[in-house]
Amino acid sequence: MLESIAVRVSQGSQFIPDPRAASPIGFRGKPLIASADCAGGCEACLASCPTAAITLNPVAIDLGRCVLCGDCEPACPSARISFSNDVRMAATDRQALTVSQPRPELDPIKVNEALRKRFGRSLKLRSVSAGGCNGCELEVNALTNVNFDIGRYGIDIVASPRHADGLVLTGPITRNMAQALQLCWDGMPEPKLVIAVGACAISGSPFEGSTTLDRAFLDRFAPTLYVPGCPPHPLTFVRGVLDLLGISS
Amino acid sequence: MGPAKSVVMALTQELAPVDLDAWAAACAQAMSAGKRLLTLFGRTDGDDGVVTTAVMLGSESGESRRNVLRGRGRRGDAFASLTATHPAAQMLERELWEQTGLQPTGHPWLKPVRFEGERQQHMVDYPFFSVRGQEVHEVGVGPIHASVIEPGHFRFMCHGEQVHHLEIQLGYQHRGVEALLLQRPPLGLSSLVESIAGDSSIAYAWGYCAAVEALAGVQVSLDSDRVRGVALELERVAMHLAGLTGLATDIAFLQGGATYGRLRTAIINATMRVCGSRFGRGWLRPGGVRFGLTPALRQDLLTTLSAFSKDIGEVNDLMLNARSVQSRFQGVGTVSLKAAQELGLVGPPARASGVDFDIRVSLPGRLYTAHPVNVLHEDTGDCWARLRLRMREIDESVRWICEVLEAPEADLSQANIVPIGKLWPGTLCVSVREGFRGPVIQALETASDGSLLHYKVQDPSLLNWFGLALAVRNNEISDFPICNKSFDLSYCGNDL
Repeated sequence: MLESIAVRVSQGSQFIPDPRAASPIGFRGKPLIASADCAGGCEACLASCPTAAITLNPVAIDLGRCVLCGDCEPACPSARISFSNDVRMAATDRQALTVSQPRPELDPIKVNEALRKRFGRSLKLRSVSAGGCNGCELEVNALTNVNFDIGRYGIDIVASPRHADGLVLTGPITRNMAQALQLCWDGMPEPKLVIAVGACAISGSPFEGSTTLDRAFLDRFAPTLYVPGCPPHPLTFVRGVLDLLGISS
Repeated sequence: MGPAKSVVMALTQELAPVDLDAWAAACAQAMSAGKRLLTLFGRTDGDDGVVTTAVMLGSESGESRRNVLRGRGRRGDAFASLTATHPAAQMLERELWEQTGLQPTGHPWLKPVRFEGERQQHMVDYPFFSVRGQEVHEVGVGPIHASVIEPGHFRFMCHGEQVHHLEIQLGYQHRGVEALLLQRPPLGLSSLVESIAGDSSIAYAWGYCAAVEALAGVQVSLDSDRVRGVALELERVAMHLAGLTGLATDIAFLQGGATYGRLRTAIINATMRVCGSRFGRGWLRPGGVRFGLTPALRQDLLTTLSAFSKDIGEVNDLMLNARSVQSRFQGVGTVSLKAAQELGLVGPPARASGVDFDIRVSLPGRLYTAHPVNVLHEDTGDCWARLRLRMREIDESVRWICEVLEAPEADLSQANIVPIGKLWPGTLCVSVREGFRGPVIQALETASDGSLLHYKVQDPSLLNWFGLALAVRNNEISDFPICNKSFDLSYCGNDL
């Protein structure tokens, strides 16, 4: 009993009071692109990028493909690319995930009134890993730990698809997992939504082009929310969902 | 002669492949002589040729303890299976058969490992064993499980409440990693390698870096290795904490679950303050490290670990002294020392059964010679042993990190990247790192023009999944979650 109390005292209060105000120290998050000119014909950043996330003229980074490895930062001779610790990278539109110098910020997520009305006080999520490396899975798990504690907003991870309102999809969707993913989705009652978590789920990213993927599921069911990162910081997820559902923090 | 390095190098032309039967016989002879089969794999060579490789680890000291055995055959050729006499080869021979079409005759259960190549989408055709008789039944679970976890299928064959056997079918996570690794520039693979098993990013990245550095004849500074060593131990601490969180939660010991969870947050956030990622992504690169430990970061880590040590000691005592915990873990999911040795188990599951095997000691290289690691083991081989071992390994990792951070001769602040030139042609390099699950093995072979000819990946989980199947025997299905969590194996590392 005394041991238990001692552990409880050391534990203190660990939850992040306002996830919207939190700013993780040292996190390599949303890229910043400086307005300097590129050296003529320079493509060093393209060569350094492992996932073809960068395009030129103007320099732009697709967060749906970017694994936030940061290899482009030292590669650029003009020091145009750096990374902030900004976690605000989620978006409701795949095309809107690109940042560039003319468009440095992502569009703020607009509250979806229909979703807010239905799920704003209770959103149950079923996680399916379809080729995920356990990075995204661990961060999705972290959502429910004592630090991020999404349960306080009525958001929960549930075991059965029958109980779920949303599918949290991680991984590039392997062919060997495609059927099970579809069965899980079919088992979820309407209305329901897909949240694509991590660069792999959004674009295939480092695994794009592998002959072992079957991403047709996403052609049939477009995600309502995209959560970039490799793996995404839990705060990227939390903020995205809170903003989408208009939940105050 | 210096300490044995964790990278085995051989010129392919000096390996002189023998025919398959002679190769299999040489492998059997080495294993009968007490050598450990570190890895065994094959690659296609031309239209239907197959080149096989086995790497053995003996107990001699120095470089002579590793040896490489090479064989050559053609697709469809048969050879006498090693598994009949040496069960440690069972999974590696299955993989060899699935990947190259060679036939190990006499293998007791030649089944697909991960349904790759033409077998994709035939997951439903897995040739399960079946039980027959009165009061027997089978329970299938997965590939999708109740919690947030990777997919895999478990089929329990039961007699009443008792599990006779568990069969584990994997492959759902097969992303074609080995093929992708050959399609990209050999020095630009870091991000992909960090995602092979994304909870072991450091172990994989280090193994890959060490391999391409050795192939290019580059030696990084001892200080770079020290920083890599610190990164690896932080990863081990973080993942053992993830395992302890799961074990506590699985038996509804909620205070343990909550406390280990937030302690893990402290460790991975410290990792993030160094390198920008909670999983160490982007920290290690061929030629060195992208982030050194400046005096401020060094102090940050020491302060974090000091607070951590006090708190984890407290919660470990709480957990180990609770009679409900003792009753749930003791005597459950036991793997005997003999079984662990015969099956060639590695990592914590092997050490929990009394096998003193750790690459940081077996192949220490200069880093672990300068800063030795104490190998820990337990004797009982049950869930309790695997629980206690994880706790003790965390303490040892923290001790080791602090020793390195406080070493007066170390200068860890530099983020040095030594330029890497062309890779040597015609060379095989087998790189091994002791990740939190056991030895992460990456074998790279270059062609005559220095390009990569083959990139073989072996996660420690590949060898350990069968150990889990064995651990569950004669227990109940309700014991499976704690058996599974106490092994803490990787699905994607197995499926590649």
